[in-house]
Amino acid sequence: MSANEVIHAGLNLGATDPKTHEEAGSAIFGFWVFLMTDAVLFALLFANYGVLLSGTAGGPGPAAEFKLSSAFIETLLLLTSSFNFGMASLAMKHGSQPRLLQVWLLTTLLLGAGFLGMELHDFATMLSDGAAPSRSGFLSAFFALVSTHGLHVFAGCIWIIVMMVQIAVFGTDARVKINVLRLGLFWHFLDIIWVAIFSVVYLQGLIR
Amino acid sequence: MTETRGVWHLLLGNLTYNALPFYSAIAAFAAGLVVVGAISVFVLITWLGKWRYLWTEWFTSVDHKRIGVMYIIIAFIMMSRALIEAVLMRVQQAVAINSPGFLPPDHFGQLFSTHGTIMIFFMAMPFLTGLINYVMPLQIGARDVKFPLLNSISLWLTGGGAGLMMVSLVLGKFSTGGWSGYPPYTGIEFSPGVGPDYWIWAVSLSSIGTTLTGLNFATTIYKGRAPGMTLMRMPLFCWTSLCTSILMIFAMPPLTVATALLALDRYLGMHFFTNGMGGNMMNYANLFWLFGHPEVYILILPAFGVYSEVISAFSSKRLYGYTSLVCATMAIAILSFTVWLHHFFTMGQSANINAAFGIATMTIGVPTGVKVYDWLLTMFRGRVRFTPPMLFSLAFIVSFVIGGMTGIILATPPLDYMVHNTVFLVAHFHNMLIPGLLYGMIAGYQYWFPKAFGFRLNETWGRIAFGCWVVGFYLAFMPLYVLGAEGMPRRSQEVFDTAYRPWLLIAMIGAFILLAGLVSLFIQLRVSIRQRDSNRVFAGDPWDGRGLEWSVSAPPPEYNFAAIPTVTSRDTFAGQKERGQAYHPPKTYQDIEMPKNSAAGVVIGISGAACAFGLVWHIWWMSILGLILIWGTVIVRSFVRDIYKVIPAADVARTEARWLNHVANVRPVPRELETTLANKGLAESVA
Repeated sequence: MSANEVIHAGLNLGATDPKTHEEAGSAIFGFWVFLMTDAVLFALLFANYGVLLSGTAGGPGPAAEFKLSSAFIETLLLLTSSFNFGMASLAMKHGSQPRLLQVWLLTTLLLGAGFLGMELHDFATMLSDGAAPSRSGFLSAFFALVSTHGLHVFAGCIWIIVMMVQIAVFGTDARVKINVLRLGLFWHFLDIIWVAIFSVVYLQGLIR
Repeated sequence: MTETRGVWHLLLGNLTYNALPFYSAIAAFAAGLVVVGAISVFVLITWLGKWRYLWTEWFTSVDHKRIGVMYIIIAFIMMSRALIEAVLMRVQQAVAINSPGFLPPDHFGQLFSTHGTIMIFFMAMPFLTGLINYVMPLQIGARDVKFPLLNSISLWLTGGGAGLMMVSLVLGKFSTGGWSGYPPYTGIEFSPGVGPDYWIWAVSLSSIGTTLTGLNFATTIYKGRAPGMTLMRMPLFCWTSLCTSILMIFAMPPLTVATALLALDRYLGMHFFTNGMGGNMMNYANLFWLFGHPEVYILILPAFGVYSEVISAFSSKRLYGYTSLVCATMAIAILSFTVWLHHFFTMGQSANINAAFGIATMTIGVPTGVKVYDWLLTMFRGRVRFTPPMLFSLAFIVSFVIGGMTGIILATPPLDYMVHNTVFLVAHFHNMLIPGLLYGMIAGYQYWFPKAFGFRLNETWGRIAFGCWVVGFYLAFMPLYVLGAEGMPRRSQEVFDTAYRPWLLIAMIGAFILLAGLVSLFIQLRVSIRQRDSNRVFAGDPWDGRGLEWSVSAPPPEYNFAAIPTVTSRDTFAGQKERGQAYHPPKTYQDIEMPKNSAAGVVIGISGAACAFGLVWHIWWMSILGLILIWGTVIVRSFVRDIYKVIPAADVARTEARWLNHVANVRPVPRELETTLANKGLAESVA
C-alpha cells in the first residue's frame, strides 16, 4: 500500500512517516468509533435538554441566566484553540523539531484552560443567583449537558499535558504521533459540540 | 453527631452493622454461601499454589482466547446464581396463593431485580462477548483483536460489575425496581436505600465495558481481516458479531446516560426524572429502551450466528442463502433502533405513534422469518447429525417461532393493553431469550469447546442437558402465557386467585428442570474433563468444519496462525480441504510479534469496582482513590514502550511441526463416527 493513500478520515501522516501511517489506519479508525459513542452520548443530552427546557418549575429560566457576551468569548477561545491544535498537527507532520509542536500544544492548552476558567466563572455566577442544578429540571439538564462538555475539555487539557511530557521524553515516536492524531480528533470534536451548545443552548435560550 | 461516629462515617460511609442481611433467613444463607464460596476458592487456589499461574497466564493475559474463556466462566457463575433465584421465585408464587409464602415482598422484589439484571448484563452479555472473543479473530484469520489491552480492560470492568452484584448479596439490599430500574420509584424519594445505587453502578461498569468491546470488535472486523477475506466471504458468525458490535456502539451510550442522570438525581438532588420540579420520567423510559431494544438484538444476533455455523457444519452443507442472511442480519440491526417505544405502549402516547411503532415492530418479523427459512433449507438434503449443538439449534427454531407469534400479539397496541404488565410478557421474553439466546450460547459452547480445550464434551450428558433445557423451558413458560391471558400481574409476591394454582405448580416444576439442565452442563464438563485423554482432538477439526477456526490445532497456538492465511472463497477451510490444500505448512516461518501481558486491565477493573462500591455506600475516599487509580493507570500505561514480545520463528516451526506430525499420523474420521472415540480431530474427505 502506498503511503500517500489516505487511510483514515482526518489528517494523515502519509509519506512523512509511512510506517506510522500504516499503523495509524486501525488506531484512528477505532478512535473515530469511540467518538461516535461520545456523539451519541451528547446527542441524548441535547435531546434531554430539549425536553426539559420548559421544566423551569418557577425557577430561573434561560433568558435570565445566560450571558451572550461570555458565551461568545468562550466560543472564540475554543475555536482559536482548535486552530492552534491544527497548527500543532501540521507541525508534527511536517516539522523537523518537536519544539514548534510543543509551542502550539501549549497555546492550545492555555486557550482551553481559559475557556474552562470562564465557564466555571459563569457557573459560579449562576449558582450565586440561585440557579443551581437541583433547582429545576431545566437547570439539571443545562448543567448535565454543558458540564459534560466542560469535563471533556478538562480531560483534553490533561491529555495535552501528558502528550507534552511524552514528547519531551520520547520525542515524536510512532505512539506519540498516533496519540496526537487521536487527541486532535478529540479536540476538534469538542469544538463541534460546543458550536452546537452555543446555538442550541445559548442562542436559543436568549431568543426566547 | 459525635466525633467518633464522624470518624467511622468518614471511613465507612453509610456502611454499618445493619447492612448485613439478617432480615431474612434465605438472604442470610445466600450471603453466607457467597462468603464461604469466595473464601474456599481463595483457600483452594492458595493451597494448590496457583496464584502465580493464574496471574501470569490468565488475569493479565491480553490473548483474545483466554479473555473469551474468562468471560464465559463469569457467565456460568452468574447464571448459577440467577437461575437459583428464578427457582426461588417460582416456588414462592406456587405456594403464595392467599398466603404470604416464605419470601417477604421486599426480598421478592430484590430477587426479580437481581435475576433480570444478572441474566442480561452478567450472564448473556459475558457469554456472547466471550464466544465472539474466542471465535471471531480465528474466523477472520487474525492473530488477536485490534486493541488487545482494551479487551482485557473490558473484561475486568464487566468482572468488577459482576463482583459488585455478588457483594450486594452480602452488604445491604439490592434494588426492588426491576432490571429496568424505572424512576421515580428508583429515585431517592421512594427508594432511599442503597439498592438502586448498586444497580446503577454495576450496570454502568458493565455498559462502559461493553461499549469498549463493541468498539474493539468492530475495528477488528473492519481492519483486521486476513488478505482476501472480503466482508462477503466472512463466516456468518462474523457478520452477526459485526452487527452486534455496531449495536453496542450505538445502544450502550443511552444506557450510560440513563443511569448517570438517575445517579445525579439520587446523589445531587437533581430533577431529571422526579415527579415534580420540572422532571420528566418519560425521558428515562425513552433513554432506557433506546438501549433496551437494540440490546435484545445484541443478545440474539450472535446466537443467530452460532445457529448458522452449527446447522451448516452438522448438515455438511454450505449455508443456504448466505447473502439473504447477511441482509437480514443488517436489516434487523437497523430496524432494532426503530421500535423501542413498544416497551411502553401504555404510557400515554397518541394512538398514531403506537401504531407506527407497532408496525415497525412487526416488520422485524420479516428478516427473522427469512433466516428461519434459510436454516431449514440448509438442512434440506444435508447429512444432518443430531449432536447436542444441532439439537439445541432445532429446538431453537421451533420455540423461537412460537415466541415470535406471541411477539406479534404484543406488537399490536390494543392487544398489548390487555396483557401489559402480566406474566404473558414474562412468558414472551423468556420465550425469545431462552431459545433465542441461551440455546445458542450453549450450542456455541458445545460446538467450539473442542477447539478451545482440545477435547470433545461428553455427548450423553449433552443430550441430558438438552432434554432438561427444552422440557424445563416449555413447562416453566407455557403456563405463564395462560396465566398472563388470565390477567396475573408480573412481579407478584402473592396471588389471590386459586385458579392460578395448577399453572403455577407446573411452572415451578419447569423451573426445577431448568436448574437440572444447568447442573447437567456442569456434570458434562466434569465427566468430559475426566475422560479428556480418550476424547482429544488435537488435529483441530472434529466436526469437518468450514471456517478458518478449524484449520489450526486444538487448542490453537497463542499466535493462532503461523502464517496469516490468504482467503480465496467463502467457507475457506472447507475449500482448502476439497482442493487438498489443508494442513500445508508455509515455506518459511517468521518471527511473530504479539502483545505482552499487562496488569492494567486488572487494576482498572478492580479500581472501577472499588469506586462503585464507594459510591454505593458514600465512602468518598474510596471512590476518589478508585478514580485516581483508573486514570493514573491509563496515563502510566501510555508511557510504557515495551509492549510487544517476539515469538521466534524457530519456536513457531517447532510448534507447527508437532501439530502437523500429529495430523499426518491420525486416522481421519467419517461423519457417522464423529461422536465416538475414533474422532481424533481429522475429518475424512468427502470425495
